[in-house]
Amino acid sequence: MGFIKQTCHTALKPVRQAYGLLSENKRVQYIVCAALFAAMVAGPLFLGRYVIGVMWDAMFYMLLALGLNIIVGYCGLCDLGYAAKFAIGAYTTGICIQTFGLSFWLSLPVSVVMAIITAVLIGAPTLKLRSDYLAIVTLGFAEIVRITARNLEITGKATGLHSIERPSLFGLQLTKTEHWYYVFLVLVVAFIFISYRIRNSRFGRALAYIREDEDAAQAMGVNTTRYKLYAYMIGAVLGGITGSFYAVRMASISPTTFDFNQSANILLAVILGGMGKIPGVLAGAAFFAIFPELFRDIPVVGDMRMLFFGLLLVVVMILRPQGLWPERKKR
Amino acid sequence: MSLEIVLEQLVNGLVLGSFYALVALGYSMVYGIIKLLNFAHGDIYMTGAFVCLSAFGVLSGFLPGVPGIIVSILIAMLISGVLGYMTQRFAYRPLLGAPRLSLLITAIGVSLVIYNTVMVVTNSQPLSFQSGLNNTAGIRFGGIDISYIKIVLVAVSALVMTGLNLFINRTMAGRAMRAISQDQDTCRLMGIHVSRIIGLTFILGSALAAVAGGMACVYYGNVRFNMGYIIGIKAFTASVIGGIGSIPGAMLGGLLLGLLESFGTQLEFVGSAWKDVFAFGILILILILKPNGLMGKSEVERM
Repeated sequence: MGFIKQTCHTALKPVRQAYGLLSENKRVQYIVCAALFAAMVAGPLFLGRYVIGVMWDAMFYMLLALGLNIIVGYCGLCDLGYAAKFAIGAYTTGICIQTFGLSFWLSLPVSVVMAIITAVLIGAPTLKLRSDYLAIVTLGFAEIVRITARNLEITGKATGLHSIERPSLFGLQLTKTEHWYYVFLVLVVAFIFISYRIRNSRFGRALAYIREDEDAAQAMGVNTTRYKLYAYMIGAVLGGITGSFYAVRMASISPTTFDFNQSANILLAVILGGMGKIPGVLAGAAFFAIFPELFRDIPVVGDMRMLFFGLLLVVVMILRPQGLWPERKKR
Repeated sequence: MSLEIVLEQLVNGLVLGSFYALVALGYSMVYGIIKLLNFAHGDIYMTGAFVCLSAFGVLSGFLPGVPGIIVSILIAMLISGVLGYMTQRFAYRPLLGAPRLSLLITAIGVSLVIYNTVMVVTNSQPLSFQSGLNNTAGIRFGGIDISYIKIVLVAVSALVMTGLNLFINRTMAGRAMRAISQDQDTCRLMGIHVSRIIGLTFILGSALAAVAGGMACVYYGNVRFNMGYIIGIKAFTASVIGGIGSIPGAMLGGLLLGLLESFGTQLEFVGSAWKDVFAFGILILILILKPNGLMGKSEVERM
């Protein structure tokens, strides 16, 4: 055993040194980020359609994971129905465009309002109580949303909404995969910016305080119920916006897209990636989008995917409760 | 609503309520003792149903009918109890001192593992349960037919719950459980083997869920890998209605939710398509109006 440990230790030394350089040196960080961003921008010029599609998928998960990260990672609340938030955004946009003939860009504020309303509806009664009630209430609410979408005429019942009109931007109708690649790239950058701004604000520090020690936060004068509700609302709004863009990108939405597995995947991405740490969350989301693509042709492994993730989740929680790539604690 | 419909829904509600109550007890006991929402509990119920079905498949050759079913349910209780203990021992115990969120997430992981194992093993297909019993035989009462199966189901769950109540209130181990839910550290000082009692709580809760699972086998006639998901949320709803952590509350909440649901589906605007929405709507309403439930004590969130 000792020998194996020693070998691993020596073999990983350059990786550790590189990571140390990366995390110590701000300038290296900026260079790496800029290089990654440039690669993402230039990507569609070189890559095939399939790869772009997978990368779009990865960015879509990144948006959802960043939204959920505000709730789970920053504030330490457990939301098991994040798919419902993005379902609400998607259906709001779909209905606005198809039934009321609004343009996509006008439907966005409607989505935001709907997201806030639902967040208050669920959050206000539950967040006052034991916060683990939120987990099961969000699970129940996700089920309500899914069943409602399946039963109502306006949401297209079980088949969902189809041929939602694609929006146009500066006279260019967004139809190609490449268009959507860039739209989502912009969104990812915007969400990352929002996440960093929140984390480094007074509000973000209050959330971190609530996550680490709620009683102490309350004793220091943080209105914990209200802050938790705000965090929950922001997470819901980000999810709703993602859902709106998803609806017009896919042009069709159906209730099966928003089942529990979807919520579980997003939650796993946030937790395994490293709660609260943005690069970790992004890596987790990318992993969850790309992993099924790699293993889709191997039959048994494809079915046992969630089994494997479940085991991973338990093991990670026991060995590294902060996630695989956690935030380094400041001294 | 005519009298017949009222009676019929009363019976259906009691049957449904017995299932909810049995599963809700496991939630409530575990929550009471270690403040964990055991997400895997619905899946343990589902495992119990599958074990009962498989055991009966083997046993029915030489032990058909009611004795076979009873033995199968006992086997299901045993295996589910062991499964419950294992999850506690290997997944939850290492995390008892960790933040509550980690414990909750571990429970979700355990739930995913059990759910997907059964899904892969059964190839996502529902299995049917041939009990060989006459499903329609029964008695006539007040103008409606009540099958023996329904009567036995309600009676068995009443019996099991009475037994549990006696266990909790009259035995040393039951007293230890109640004590641990109040103050774990003091219990340790008083010489109570805390982790053993926690293990026992998981075994009991899982065995109760297995009783419900076995009875669901007989009553519904088929078993699916996802049957634990909805009943898990509903049983949680039931335990919140009764006041989570309270044993009589879980029983009352289960029966109440069963009755509400079966009468609710009779309403014009609810119908069977909306019955789950109705149940979760009640959960949110209860949390707004009476968050500590009907029989729960108000308490401060502990760390």
